[in-house]
Amino acid sequence: MSDAFITRTDIESESNGPLDGKRVAVKDNISTEGIRTTCGSAMLAEYVPPYDATVIERLKEAGATVVGKTNMDEFGMGTTTETSHFGPTTNPVDEERVPGGSSGGSAAAVAAGEADLALGSDTGGSVRCPAAFCGVVGIKPTYGLVSRYGLVAYANSLEQIGPLAPTVEGAAGLLDVIAGPDDRDATTRSEGAGSEYASAADGDVAGTTIGVLTDLVDGADERVASVFEESIADLEDRGAEIREIELESLAHAVGAYYVIAMSEASSNLARFDGVRYGISGEQSEPEARQEAKRTDGESGGFDGDWNDAFARARETGFGPEVKRRILLGTYALSAGYHDRYYQKAQDARAWIKQDFDRALAEADVLASPTMPVLPPKLGASLDDPLQHYLMDANTVPVNLADLPAISVPAGTADGLPVGAQFVGPAFGERDVIRAASALE
Amino acid sequence: MTDASVDPATVRHVAALARVDLDENEVERFATQFADVLEYFETLDEVPETESEPDLVNVLRTDEVHEGLSQAEALRNAPETEDGYFEGPPVG
Repeated sequence: MSDAFITRTDIESESNGPLDGKRVAVKDNISTEGIRTTCGSAMLAEYVPPYDATVIERLKEAGATVVGKTNMDEFGMGTTTETSHFGPTTNPVDEERVPGGSSGGSAAAVAAGEADLALGSDTGGSVRCPAAFCGVVGIKPTYGLVSRYGLVAYANSLEQIGPLAPTVEGAAGLLDVIAGPDDRDATTRSEGAGSEYASAADGDVAGTTIGVLTDLVDGADERVASVFEESIADLEDRGAEIREIELESLAHAVGAYYVIAMSEASSNLARFDGVRYGISGEQSEPEARQEAKRTDGESGGFDGDWNDAFARARETGFGPEVKRRILLGTYALSAGYHDRYYQKAQDARAWIKQDFDRALAEADVLASPTMPVLPPKLGASLDDPLQHYLMDANTVPVNLADLPAISVPAGTADGLPVGAQFVGPAFGERDVIRAASALE
Repeated sequence: MTDASVDPATVRHVAALARVDLDENEVERFATQFADVLEYFETLDEVPETESEPDLVNVLRTDEVHEGLSQAEALRNAPETEDGYFEGPPVG
């Protein structure tokens, strides 16, 4: 059995629609009624949501069959799908390598042909990174296009649910199904109502101005940069106009991203106290102590006060990367450090947005390699968190600026997939889909 | 010593604020790693102050009663319940 899935399902839709007969894999941080939704964490290993996320309702209305819940970095925190409590997923292209993360299970399921389509979530590149590493297509929608109702929150000002598929048209068609306003998520906007993204995958780039983000090309592995540059030359041959664009703010994107994401994580993950769901303080204690308390007749079997039980449940339920981010986020928001880290990160976010607005006034879409590196071998990047975080340099600016982006296979280097990323203006999904389709 | 250095006592303090117990190995490892990461965050000092005008509107809806979770559904995932309530630790 493939290591792309945490839970296999076979939920056939009773409706008919554009996804009739399509097998869809769903990242395990998207709530599915009656099917456990673990977020790749021991904390939620037995959690069974009593309701469907809005995107799941829309999949079912469109006739899709949900074939399983896919492996992921714990709570979406990682770039390799190695921080999952359930173990790593391997890359179907090369089993010694990571599939990317955090939606690695979703990308691997599509790349291995175990699903026709998949849903992931993208907080700092988590759909585009595994798409690039596994040689499939992934879209990070404009913030507010897709409902986050039922998505277990990690950093809610940054994340969007996005589609993965073997083709640009397939990913765009799945986006058509899930996009659009939702009265249960007040951050959704009306622009996605009645969308026709799939029809934009016509491969026609003649007359399109493509701005190449030179800072992100220069920072990439030479083999990656070379494949990317060949694909840009191909688009130029087919009538696209190419411009080089430098954006000074991008050098600060990774720092700003992690400060904001960790701060939001420290707040969002406070809900995991082991009382309403998850591992309780009591469950996390050795059996002998529990037995002693039971014979003492102590109320509820809990030892110590609320804070002790809470801290013990979180010690047991969370893995190292999740603890690292919660603690760094708590530190960044604590008295004396808020202005130095969090406020500066918000300034950087505003600066990046302004830089992108300027660049997108000069070009229809912006382009870069999706990932600056080829897929690393399993275990190669875990020991040094900072180096691991730096892998996200090309993808996080888009999340900070709330813009849409797509990763499309651009070719291979040393037999490994390389992805090209196209970024568009807010709600410019058709622009990035059209540009990406020209590379297929 | 840079501003970004983190000693084990600081890691323990932040872990207490965040309500996450850590073992001694984790404290030592995080102290080293946090110094690296926080030093990297110091590069944000070079970021100019930027005016941002968030594109925000109030989103309101009529306050209507909708069907919600039943009590049984709401309690289904709780490790400990009693008489239809969540059961938590004593309030210290």
